[in-house]
Formats: sequence, C-alpha cells, structure tokens
Amino acid sequence: MNTKKDFIHPYIPNSVPANKDAMMKKIGITDIDQLYEDIPEHLRFREKMKIPKAILSEVLLKKHVEKILAKNKSCEDQLSFLGGGCVNNYVPAICDEITGRSEFLTAYAGEPYEDHGRFQTLFEYESMMAELLDFDVVNVPTYDWGQAVSTSVRMAGRITGCNEMLISDTISSDRFKVIHNYCHPLMKLTLVKHHLESGMMDLDDLSSKLNSNIAGIYFENPSYLGFIEEQGQEIADRVHAFGGEVVVGADPSSLGVLTPPSQYGADICCGDIQSLGNHMYFGGSVAGFISSRDEEKYVMEYPSRLFGVTRNEKEGEWNFNDVAYSRTSFDGREKGKEFIGTAAALYGISTAVYLSLMGPDGMVDLGKKLVSYANYTARRLAELKGVRLRFTASMFKEFVIDFSETGKSVAEINQVLLEKGIFGGKDLSVEFPELLNCALFCVTDNHTKDDLDTLIDAIREVIS
Amino acid sequence: MEIKKDSRLRNFHQAKWDEEIIFELSIPGERGILVPEVEPEIQNELGEVADLLPKHLVRKNKPALPEVSQMRVLKHFLRLSQETLGADLNIDIGQGTCTLKYNPKVNETIVRSHKASKLHPDQAESTVQGTLQIIYEMDGYFREISGLDAFSFQPSSGSHAILVMASIMQKYHEVRDEADQRDELITTIFSHPSDAAAAAVKGYKIITVFPDKDGFPAIEELKRVVSNRTAGLFITNPEDVGMFNPRIDEFTKIVHEAGGICGYDQANANGILGITRAREAGFDMCFFNLHKTFATPHGCGGPAGAALGVTNEMKPYLPVPTVAFDGTNYRLDWGNEYSIGKSRVFYGAFPVILRAYAWIRSLGAEGLKEVARIAVLNNNYMLANIIEIDGATSPYPGGKRRIEQVRYSWDKLYQETGVGTHDISLRMCDFGFHLWSSHHPFIVPEPFTIEPTESYSKAELDEFLDGLRHIAEEARLDPETVKSAPHRSVVHKMDESCMDDPKRWAITWRAYLKKHKGR
Repeated sequence: MNTKKDFIHPYIPNSVPANKDAMMKKIGITDIDQLYEDIPEHLRFREKMKIPKAILSEVLLKKHVEKILAKNKSCEDQLSFLGGGCVNNYVPAICDEITGRSEFLTAYAGEPYEDHGRFQTLFEYESMMAELLDFDVVNVPTYDWGQAVSTSVRMAGRITGCNEMLISDTISSDRFKVIHNYCHPLMKLTLVKHHLESGMMDLDDLSSKLNSNIAGIYFENPSYLGFIEEQGQEIADRVHAFGGEVVVGADPSSLGVLTPPSQYGADICCGDIQSLGNHMYFGGSVAGFISSRDEEKYVMEYPSRLFGVTRNEKEGEWNFNDVAYSRTSFDGREKGKEFIGTAAALYGISTAVYLSLMGPDGMVDLGKKLVSYANYTARRLAELKGVRLRFTASMFKEFVIDFSETGKSVAEINQVLLEKGIFGGKDLSVEFPELLNCALFCVTDNHTKDDLDTLIDAIREVIS
Repeated sequence: MEIKKDSRLRNFHQAKWDEEIIFELSIPGERGILVPEVEPEIQNELGEVADLLPKHLVRKNKPALPEVSQMRVLKHFLRLSQETLGADLNIDIGQGTCTLKYNPKVNETIVRSHKASKLHPDQAESTVQGTLQIIYEMDGYFREISGLDAFSFQPSSGSHAILVMASIMQKYHEVRDEADQRDELITTIFSHPSDAAAAAVKGYKIITVFPDKDGFPAIEELKRVVSNRTAGLFITNPEDVGMFNPRIDEFTKIVHEAGGICGYDQANANGILGITRAREAGFDMCFFNLHKTFATPHGCGGPAGAALGVTNEMKPYLPVPTVAFDGTNYRLDWGNEYSIGKSRVFYGAFPVILRAYAWIRSLGAEGLKEVARIAVLNNNYMLANIIEIDGATSPYPGGKRRIEQVRYSWDKLYQETGVGTHDISLRMCDFGFHLWSSHHPFIVPEPFTIEPTESYSKAELDEFLDGLRHIAEEARLDPETVKSAPHRSVVHKMDESCMDDPKRWAITWRAYLKKHKGR
C-alpha cells in the first residue's frame, strides 16, 4: 500500500496530489482535515476502522470475490424445483443486454427531458402489465410482492375508512410477516380459512367474518400453495356486498392462460414481476406491482410513482412525466400517501423488455407450458407409493406433494435429492403445521421433460 | 448565447430518436422470442391445456401485448437507453443528497455470475455459504463504520430502512407498555421527506423541527417539543444543507432523557466515513444506503438496499433472519426475541449487497476515509466557485465548512432576471448535465443541491461549473433562451398540465387510447 500522502485510487481521481493542492488553494486551506473543523473533537473517530486492507487491483478483487461465491451451488449447478415467490424462469439475453446498459443502469432521477428514455420505458412497462392485468393503471415497481400487498391493503383501508382486512390463510408466512409489520398497528389482519381438501377459500368462514367495518379481502390466485382459486367472483361479490375492496395477488406469468382478476371482481391486483425477465439473486431481485382501474378514488391513493404520457403535437413528440405528483411524500412529506423513494425500477425495465419479446403468443405459450409441466410432474409423482397430491383443485405451475405415507420427512428426502444434484420442493412443515411432510414443487420454462423425469426417478429411488 | 472560447462546455446534443411507443411497432404475427414447445409425450398424455384449468378461468382474449421481432425490440430499448442520461455519461453531481458516484464495472462483472444470480432463497444453507459469508462480513464492516453492534440488510432502500427503524422503535415501546403514550416522532425539515413519511405509516404524529438562523436544527425547539409522548427522533446529519450539526450528541441526549429512541439517517454518509460515527453521537439505530455511499448503481430508481444497524440493546428487535457464523458454517439466525418480523420477502437485495461488498473491499479502511476526504474537498471546491457566480448564493452562515453537499439558491438571480431553478435545470440538459431542484418544501427559495462525491476529477468539476456560469450569465443577456430550454435534449418543453387532470392523465397506453383517441 502507498503511504497515506499519496494513496491514489482508480475510483478517486482527485486523490492525485496536484489536483488536491489546486483545489485546497482555491478553498484557502492547506490540509483537507481543516474541512472537518466543525466536527467537535469528542465526535471525531480517531481510530482506524477494522476493515480488511484494500484490494487495489481489479484482477485480485475479482478473484477474491469469485472465490467466495464459488462456495455456492447455483440452480445452474443443480436442478431446482423451488418456487414460492421466486422462480428460475428463463431470462432472455436481451433483458440482460438492456439492463446492463450504462444509461439505464446508472441513471437515477433526471428530468423528463434528459431521462426521456427512462420515463418512456417505465411507461411502457406500466402499459404492458396493464394489458396482462386488464387494468388501466399500473405503478412503477415497488420493492416486492410483500410491499405491493401491504400498500394495497393500506389503500383499501384509506378508501373505505375501515381498519380490518381479511386475508386468505394460504398466503406464505414470509409475505404475511411483511404485511403484518407494515400494517401494524393501524390495521388489523384477520385470516380466512381454506378447505383442507381443495385448498380453496372456505366461503362460510369468509361470510362469518364479513361486516361493514371490513376494509376488504386479500387472496392470491394462483395461491402460494399452487392451486387455482375458482371462487374469485363469489368471494368478490360477498365482499363487495359489505362495501369492501377486493385485492387479489396474481402471478403475472399465469395471465397468458388464466383470466385476470380484474375480470372476476378485483378492485386492486398486485404481485411480483421477478418471474418476468428477472434473475433470482437469492430472492434479492424481486419487485412488486400494483394495479387498478383508472379512477381518482384509486389513483390518488397510490404512494408510487405513476408515469403518464402526453403528446406534443407541435413538435411531434411523446412526452412523459409524473402523474398526480402531489400524492407523494416527495411533495408532501408525512401528508403524502405512505412514502416513496428508490425502489426497483430496473426490474421493471427488464420486464418491459421481456413482455415486448414475449408478446401475446409468448405469454400464452409460457402459461400452457407451465400448466402442462406441473400437471405432468404432479401426476407422475402421485403414482409413486405413499406419495399423494395434497390439494384437489387445479394447478398452474406449483403443487403440494404429501410424503407422509412414505415414512420419510421432506428434510430427509431433500437431503438425498441434494446429493443427487437436485433442489427438491420447499418444505412446508414449519410454515403450515397441517402440511407436515408436505413440499411445494415448482416447474419453470427452464425445465425440459428430461429434468422432470430426473426428479420423478430420483424421488422414486429415495422413497423406495 | 454563444459558448465562450475558453469554456469547457461541449457542443452537445443528446440522442433524439423520436422513438415510437412499443405498441406502435406491433405487427401481427411477429415474435420476439419463442418458448420451447412442450414435448409431444406430455402433450399427448395431458390433452388440451384448457381442459386442465377451471373453464371459467381460462383467459378468453390473449393479452394485447405488442408483437415485435427480436432485433426491433432490441433497437427500441437501445434507443430509449440512449435517450437517458446515466451517471456513467454525465458529470452527475447535480442531484445532491443522492450520491451519484462511480459504480465500478468490475462489480457488474462479478454480480453476473450464476453463483450469484441463479440462487434461490430456499436452497439449503450448505449451498449458499458464499452468499451468507458476504452478508456476515458486511455486518462486521458496518459495525466498524458506525460503531453500532449489529446490522440487518433486509431493508430495500433508505426510506424502507426508516420504516424499519420506526417499526423497531414502536416495538421497543410496546415491550415497555409505552407505545400508546409515545405517539410522536420528531424529525427536522432538512432531513429526508421519508424520515417523516415512513414513520407516519406506523401511525406516528410527526413533529418537524425547523432550522435556526444559522441553518442548524433549532435545539431550543427540540427541547420545547420533547415530552413523555416522544417515541423518538429521526434525523439526518449532515442535513440537506450540508453542514455537520456539532451538537448532534446533545440532540440524542435530550431525546433519551425524555425516554425516546434515536435513529440516525446516514443514507448519505459519503463525507464522514471513518471521520465520525453514530456511536459517538449517541444513536440507538442508524442506516446507510448501499446505492449511495457504497457505490451500487441507481438503476433508474432501484434496486436499492440499506444496511440497518442497532446497538446491542436494540438487537433483539431486528428483522429476522440475520446471519450467524460458528467458526465453520454460516447460517440464517431466526432468534431475535422481540423481532419486528420481516420487512421484505426473503433476505435482502443480494445483488446490491454483493456490489457494495466488492466496493468496500476495493478500498479498505484507508480508502473509505479517502473517499470521504475527497468528497468533502470536491464539495468545498464547488462551494468556493459557485458563490462567486453572480446570482447564486449558499444560504446559512452556521458552519464554517460544508461536508458532502451544499444547498444553494438561485433566488438572487430569479429576483433580478426572472430565471429560476426550473429554467436553469432544463437549460443544463443542453450541455449534457442534470441539475435537480431539491426536496420539497423549498425552505431555501429557488434551490439546487450539488454533491460532487469523490468520483469526479477537478477538470470535470470545472466543466460543470462552466455550465452554471454560462447559464447564469445567459439569464441576464438572453433569458428567453434559458426559459424556453431545452433545445438540444431528447424532447422540447412540455405541457405538464394533463398530468394532474384525471380526465386527461394516461398512466398506460390503453388509457391514452381511451381518453385521447376514443378507443
């Protein structure tokens, strides 16, 4: 390492002494430390931070980090059947090409002039999601599905003036905890039971919990446990009868083949776009969407950025800008709707590219493929001795397998699968005590029939 | 006005493609990418896919997405990228408080590895030891940077970290049966808007302290507003004006004596790494934005990430899980006794954490301190030059020095010429710069905030200064050119009025067609 006086780092051009000297001269100082003279001595940290020595060369830095990452086994090293809100769907090459562009990667908060492209791309993201969802308003992405539900619930609370929200009890506990923290203590969340056989919502339990103080309901379709909720319209009708808002969480990758929730009574639809052109990153590259009808009642309750379009006929130009900016906390601090800041825009850009590539037929083909693979795999597995499909309702891409009668726990089965190069289904034993020895399996468009057969054969071996 | 001969200003014009909206490019039948077909054996076995789904839930009309061939999709988004001025191309110092700095490309290479990108959050812990190690080591580094005792990387952004701080504070008071009584959160007007807004989400009544005549948050006002209703204080330091509050430890003392909790908003800590810390200032919690100080790219507005730290006393309240290490293996630790639960699905923005890790390792302790010192040098160099521009001022005489940023004012210029911050921002586009106004409300009239970070050379700072000088002079000689800007940007000055009109606003293409084309 250089001595302190000439510590020159490639990321810090003015660490060069000549630059420093010229600038200090302009300021009228002789030592940079003079610039800290307003910080009282008792607040100064005079020790050295115990952080490892700089790895100054790029090549050694890269080797160092890659050596640590090499300890991981990825879903390229292994065959994975994990889902549950994060999936190993194929990411088209052009998605990575565009999101890797310097301009998009490093832009932030430019005006709608020098950042015209950022505004247009995110407007197109909103617009294509709107076609999938059959709704006229979609936000610029928020953090994740958990945040999207949380905000949807709070929107329902503000719209109705009520503070109790019903939530289907088949939601993932992970997501539920996020919503609970966000809503506590202003809104109460009450779980609605499901039918143990079909998985679908227990409508009697729903009705027993409905009253005019309910802000609304949140349920998912397809559900976290994979099955398709067939009673969407019935649920919506019952909730609407009490003046509640209907919020539905949807897997956007299902909407090439499944009816969007807006067509069976949803007032707000939300979910995650990770499956549409984004990698997994240990669950770290998720992003949430919120959508609704284009009514002031809804639009004015979004905390998110909403980019709108207008036409400059004189110049022949499309223009984009923030719609109803005064809603936001940027404008009104605590008087704004919830809060807004940096969230997950780049993932929205990747999804814009993804949906442009897929088009209507691509989304239909994707949906069909996932439904086919899930049904094929589930059927084959259920033919094995002691293995059964847990829910009777139809499925989209995920399904729950009950291993109880094999005499083996999911943990035991997954350990052997791991050694065979397979990440088995997610163990649901802890999350849902009634699903002891059950696992949630997920198929993707990254799989082939060979992959599915590999899993089926491996499980056959493990349990016999 | 002509560019002067000795000026460093560029004869710039941004890419202007007049690119269509993607839907306008649609030609029926074109495909951008194909999904592999389902193998015939499976098709034969299962029959029609529609028969596997509930009849009434089979989508009737295909989603009306655009149909565009692959190269045209690529070209479309490449053109839109060129119509965006990223920090990589810009001298991006005009967005003060946001710390737009160099995001090293080697970190982008590292983050693309499938050993990072193709990890599922529910994989066995034994298969993600590298990832857990990085999160664990980051915890250690941030303890050193802040002096606090434990970190969570679950917050998705700075604003989100404020929400988590508010959640922890609330839980802390709940455990002591004081949550109902302690319903007020104190912040300052020059702290980020989210310090107020995110705390309000948790039900807090927000009390905002304004600056004294020197520009520091008024300590007498703080003394007046604290009480047994005080849940806590969330405060930035340096605040948006860029001065270090030398009495910050008195602030925390006053709030602690009233029974409150103190959260330090260190979203932007770029001027104080290794110089001064949350510990010595008496804070219970603090957070750092990884996408600001720690050099991860802003991505047009995310992904972001934050490191949220607490003292040992507050550790049991952190979101779960955190990462533990037994000397051999790393594991997820779900054991925090009073945990608020979760603030984000899964475990945090790993691609952001990974880049920040690489950045910290590239600098070491000495380098981090050099980052801060040069960021402050650059800032004070800008200050010394900007206050010489006729029409620009730096309000508040409080500190002798500024730390990493300065909030300036064009008010003098505006009073003398009618040209203000908004006009100048749009004119800056014409030279390849971005100039932001500032956070609302505009306590400083006609504000702008410059934060030069450590990433830009003296020559680049001088170029940006020439831009400000040129436009300030132009405002006097040729104000119409400034007011009608931009002239060399992607688009011309727009009529924004429809954006606030529910009858005309169009948040999606289909809404535009309905409202403006009668479809």
